[in-house]
Amino acid sequence: MLDRHVEDIAHLMRRAGFGLTGLELESHAGRSYDEILEDVLHPERFPAADDDIYDRYQGTVDEHEVHSAGLWIHRMVHTQRPLEEKIALFWHHVFATGMSKGEHRHSSNRQIDMFRSVGLGNFRTILLELSMDPAMLYWLDNNENHKDQPNENYGRELLELFSMGVGHYSEQDIKMAARAFTGWTFKQPIPQYTQGSYPAEFVFIESDHDDSEKTFLGETGRFNGQDIIDIIVKQPATARFICRHLYNFFVADEPQVPAWNQLPPGDPQAIDIMTQAFKDSDGEIRAVLRVMFSSDFFKQAKLRRVKSPAELVAGVLKLVGTEPVPASDITRYSAATTFMGQILYDPPSVEGWHTGHEWIDGGTLTERVNFAVDELADKNRIGVRKIIEALETQGESLSPSELVDRGAMLIGALHLDSVTRRALIEDVSVDGDLSLSSMGDSANASDRIVSLLQSLVSCREYQFA
Amino acid sequence: MALNADSKNPVLVVVQLTGGNDFMNTIVPYSSGVYHDSRPTVRVSEDEIIPIDNELGFYSKAAPLKDLYDQGKMAIVQGVGYPDSNRSHFRGMDIVHTCEPDAVGTEGWVAKAVRSLDPSKKNVLTCVNIGRGLPRAMAAPGVTVTSVGNLDKYGLMTGLNEQSQRQRAIDLFEKTYVPVMTEGHEGVVMDYLAQTGRDVLEGADRLSSVPAGYSSAREYPDTAIGQSLRDIARIHLANMGTRIFYASHGGYDYHSNQVPTHAKLMNELSMAISTFMDDLGDHGAREEVVILVFTEFGRRIKDNGSGTDHGSGGGSYIIGDRVKGGLYADYPSLDPNHWEDGEDLAHTIDFRGVYATVLEQWLSIEAVPIVGGKFEQIHPFN
Repeated sequence: MLDRHVEDIAHLMRRAGFGLTGLELESHAGRSYDEILEDVLHPERFPAADDDIYDRYQGTVDEHEVHSAGLWIHRMVHTQRPLEEKIALFWHHVFATGMSKGEHRHSSNRQIDMFRSVGLGNFRTILLELSMDPAMLYWLDNNENHKDQPNENYGRELLELFSMGVGHYSEQDIKMAARAFTGWTFKQPIPQYTQGSYPAEFVFIESDHDDSEKTFLGETGRFNGQDIIDIIVKQPATARFICRHLYNFFVADEPQVPAWNQLPPGDPQAIDIMTQAFKDSDGEIRAVLRVMFSSDFFKQAKLRRVKSPAELVAGVLKLVGTEPVPASDITRYSAATTFMGQILYDPPSVEGWHTGHEWIDGGTLTERVNFAVDELADKNRIGVRKIIEALETQGESLSPSELVDRGAMLIGALHLDSVTRRALIEDVSVDGDLSLSSMGDSANASDRIVSLLQSLVSCREYQFA
Repeated sequence: MALNADSKNPVLVVVQLTGGNDFMNTIVPYSSGVYHDSRPTVRVSEDEIIPIDNELGFYSKAAPLKDLYDQGKMAIVQGVGYPDSNRSHFRGMDIVHTCEPDAVGTEGWVAKAVRSLDPSKKNVLTCVNIGRGLPRAMAAPGVTVTSVGNLDKYGLMTGLNEQSQRQRAIDLFEKTYVPVMTEGHEGVVMDYLAQTGRDVLEGADRLSSVPAGYSSAREYPDTAIGQSLRDIARIHLANMGTRIFYASHGGYDYHSNQVPTHAKLMNELSMAISTFMDDLGDHGAREEVVILVFTEFGRRIKDNGSGTDHGSGGGSYIIGDRVKGGLYADYPSLDPNHWEDGEDLAHTIDFRGVYATVLEQWLSIEAVPIVGGKFEQIHPFN
């Protein structure tokens, strides 16, 4: 029923971005997959989001993650650079930093901005930027990692969660990494009151840095932080660990991270191919993504990932359409992901979120379905109106099966299981064919279309990316 | 020891302290010179101690818990841990959720207990989690746990105003959330969604009557843990047949700035528990309830100049009318010669023995298959 090429593009854009509506997909249908992919991989070809709009309309909001998160979701919906936002979300999952600890919105926003700007680049650069990022330094207490009193929190998580995974280093290596990052801290920002809020800046304090000789992963020297990163990025374990993360986020759900040194990947060959691309490119994330998105294993992985709450909310909002200027009730979006188990800017701990089917329990499924149904209820929303108009130009009338199939296409080439499709057609049939002629009751027709759209976003298939 | 046959079924309320509660600063060895010297920054000073005896005392911010202790209703389990304690939150919490220190467990201990309590899945409300996102302790294939984020507005399609339209949408939902024939992992997840969807329909039907049936003279603190325990009280008092409730209290990972954070958390926790107990008491529904408070690990003996790093040897607390209050197991030795790895409290009782204690002696279910072996138990019930 759905065109294979359109399905592939829909799949790519759900994974590399936040999905496209059926009408957007149809406008892309004439272009090749590879051409579209290259555009996706090069966000810089498209205009950046207009930060002025955010400053102008939301500049004075209080220091709280709900505003930052609401604005981020607004960007996900409106960006012309979907992968820029998606890769930032990816690194936010991996380098999970919570604003709740520092309550310093500037630092958290800058961290996400940093992910946007270097997130598709070289992994060495990414780790270096991360290690100089005030939000991270505060989150993992590196500002309290002193020459005469090391705090090993950052050193431990850098190895365990941010690069290699457990099993590839010793407790001694953690201590050495911690010592190498002594003195990496930030300048205290000016107190918020009464001047307002200012960003914090990275600073290296040489007098607080332990410059003694260290042995780390078998190499010995008077290592500083960047030497540690150099050693980390050339470890085979690092290439593999990051590729498993990329696979889990972009291709198909994997078991949670702690299982990775005990359970092999679901598709070992895919991980080998990606790991090779990582090595061949010296850790260029964009190069790994190109190989990944072009591969058969990617195209065959439809419905193999449960949408994260951020993906679900941004996808629904893209579908119904929101104003380009962020509305004053923007925190509604961040509240929605929160109820679904994901507080952006505030992961439950440095381990990040448990993903896949772990997003789903009775409570979160209820939130997901209700959010989508409620958003689609208003037929005056621009996206809903466009879908109604698109259906109204289909001719005199639509049979129940035509209506269901066309509806599934218009909400983003949603592939329906045969049981679901049959149940939907049966439900629509209760009211007979949909009459679109000028003589018909158009209010009734649009109500029926809205009900169908609500049924479509309530079904199981819509829960998958 | 189960309750008499003519009274209500025993109920367990599990409270998870997320991040690693600092046992040494909750039940404080205040007269120890080692404690004094190890914690120049985060030490609880003597005027903030409510003594239990001449060695140990409650941190004063937990005073409401001390009242429960004085009433003989709180068992303090000292030195809870396991061999080679894992310091990662990730693994640490996974281990105490699955009882599997050496392998990656896929089944949580609470979920397995639910399977024993309700093997034929008669009641979708046998286990209720309050909060968003399900802790792994409650996750296992085929086990239903109802997770309630907002008790006052719980259910599907609540935005559809017209009742007939809502009913039609729910009927359609029921027809589409059914097992599929798809093979492999994809089919497993589809079926998991189907089961979850149908359980939601049933749970929502029953929970919808709860808020209207509740009234109370007690005012719960306006904190996340306070409101979670209030929701538990409301559901318990509505007699939904729930046997295990679960709530989480987060924020304990105080590597830095520990003193004010710990003070705030101890106050929140103890106020919430004390109000909850009073509320249940007012309604004559308290005797059948026991609370188990646990955390994933204790903290390092020496502070780091601002907070404490991840350690081992934590504490658990068992609270209820049927509890025989007092100190259980031994306080871990403060003698530096006995420190684990030269820097941590060595545990004196395995956490699996604590779970086994409540499973067998309170819920009357066999613990060995749930906690993965036989572990020494304590005897804290009357």
